[in-house]
Amino acid sequence: MGRQILINDLDKEGINTLAGYKAHGGYSSLEKALKMKPEEIVEEVKKSGIRGRGGAGFPMGMKWSFIAKPPEVPRYLVCNADESEPGTFKDRFLMEKKPHILIEGMIVASFALGANTSYIYIRGEMMYVYHILEKAIQEAYDAGFLGKNILGSGYDLDLYVHCGGGAYICGEETGLIESLEGKRGNPRIKPPFPAVVGLYGCPTVVNNVETLANVPWIVNNSGDEYAKIGIGKSTGTKLISASGHINKPGVYEIEMGIPVEEFIFSDKYCGGILNGKKLKAVVAGGSSVPILPAELILKTAKGEPRLMSYESLSDGGFQTGTMLGSGGFIVMDEDTSIVKNLWNFTRFYHHESCGQCSPCREGTGWMEKILHRFIEGHAQKKDIDLLWDIQGKIEGKTICPLGEAAAWPVAAAIRHFRPEFEEYVRKGRNMIDVKHYYRVNKLVGVTD
Amino acid sequence: MTKILFWHLEIYTFVANTQKKFVASKQIKFSDEALALAHKIMKRYPEGKQKSAILPILHIAQTEFDGWLSVPVMDYVAMLLKIQPIEVYEVASFYSMFNLKPVGKCVIEVCRTGPCWLMGAEDMVKFIEKKLGIKEGQTTPDGMFTLKTVECLASCGTAPMMQVGETYHENLTFEKCDNILDEYQKKGEQISHWRKERIKNHSDIHQ
Repeated sequence: MGRQILINDLDKEGINTLAGYKAHGGYSSLEKALKMKPEEIVEEVKKSGIRGRGGAGFPMGMKWSFIAKPPEVPRYLVCNADESEPGTFKDRFLMEKKPHILIEGMIVASFALGANTSYIYIRGEMMYVYHILEKAIQEAYDAGFLGKNILGSGYDLDLYVHCGGGAYICGEETGLIESLEGKRGNPRIKPPFPAVVGLYGCPTVVNNVETLANVPWIVNNSGDEYAKIGIGKSTGTKLISASGHINKPGVYEIEMGIPVEEFIFSDKYCGGILNGKKLKAVVAGGSSVPILPAELILKTAKGEPRLMSYESLSDGGFQTGTMLGSGGFIVMDEDTSIVKNLWNFTRFYHHESCGQCSPCREGTGWMEKILHRFIEGHAQKKDIDLLWDIQGKIEGKTICPLGEAAAWPVAAAIRHFRPEFEEYVRKGRNMIDVKHYYRVNKLVGVTD
Repeated sequence: MTKILFWHLEIYTFVANTQKKFVASKQIKFSDEALALAHKIMKRYPEGKQKSAILPILHIAQTEFDGWLSVPVMDYVAMLLKIQPIEVYEVASFYSMFNLKPVGKCVIEVCRTGPCWLMGAEDMVKFIEKKLGIKEGQTTPDGMFTLKTVECLASCGTAPMMQVGETYHENLTFEKCDNILDEYQKKGEQISHWRKERIKNHSDIHQ
């Protein structure tokens, strides 16, 4: 336990430059990969059992093997760096500190898929990372890792960065493709899947930054070795972005399968709750996944300790479980108002809904309004049921998963924290919003 | 009914006049460096798909024309990309980073979502509002600052945070925020997401 393969060498000098990265073993997988057959690389990735790190957790090898190969039609690889899930900041961290690991992963992946042009779609807000990547790509071109006839293998690849304009919906793969084509980021109806009809109507694979960054290690050490890391079907390591009321927020690379309790309370990771408060709830995989109260996040309904893995976190379904999602681990202490936090999340989804499907466009707006009624103190008891009703009418009725992402947090909050909603109804305007006094202290720079 | 109609007409003429004034006061044309950069970026996409370059080019346009996109500017971008103006309008109005109204020289974007909210983003917004004497979405009378609240900027571990141009100001405290704003006030220059010097010197952007 505790192996790291992505960010284990961040303390090395110059790891963000090509020279430094290469000095510490970077770009070694490229030489190896270019001597292999593309199908062999896909096979290795399949064996590794790595699952998409962007949130859905779809096996990467499967996604790669689905790509259509009609003759004379270009194929594309697009890296999804449109990281905008609240609570997730691992990709920004990785691209900023170690841009070449992504570029290396993309070259190998493009070779395996037979793509001669690849794009990194980065969200526009991270403009400074855009320029870090531009610089890194220029270095890779100069070193002969990109461009024509890479390392004498006869394989050509052009890699470009593309910046977005600020839209959460472009993190959805078909929304991202639309946006890359220069349109509004409205997700497409599937099927056809991007692997058949994607960017410019050509077969396209869209992978998350972290997923692609794992490729060099898999090629270097074989898929079987990778499958030995982690637990069960959750192979490998995962970057977890820890935030909220904890002592040590930040990005941690964990080996899948460490207990959640260890992750929250051990000094190696989050270091416990801020100011010695009690844990109230955790959103374990970015704002879209169901929130869990302390007792259910530490232990499953069966009483087993909950582990940081795809399976263990979703143990118990949505009744008593959640999802690993994109690894945005948001911790809330005992003073946090779940209702107000939910209103905040719902406002986010209302703001980010692309407006294509009525259930999502209207539903997110109504949920926001009703939740606002709660915090303003004029909600009625029936509003809780109304909220439950609306979320049920969004889930599964939209083109893309943003509908679900908006509905799940609402459902989970009502499921696990209904008494708190009732308290808001009962007390009305007299509901005291527990001011996070230490929070204010932190803002003025006083530590207590 | 007629009243409403006249009201609309009034707004329409007002907007049209402002635009006319804008076009008259400034010739809508990219600087040579920006034009070279735009053409460089357009070449990254396959033949006939140069529309793909719309988002980067709108960012550049925003830097070139005082941090916001007026209709004439969008028309110019459409001309550049050889597409219909409406295709630019629909894109520019969809993405939250594009300002369709004039903004201050320095747009302060404070993250208000989830983790930042847990760590006091609301108080931070109130603090900035009080300091600048404006409400969220407004611009200071001297045209220096515009205050915007935005959704998650992927800086949750270093909350609360705000973005000015491309710079992330993280782990904010009231004092830190105060100093940062004072510094921007002192410099008094136009700051956009795509920094001006990056347009002037774009040799690190490969073709």
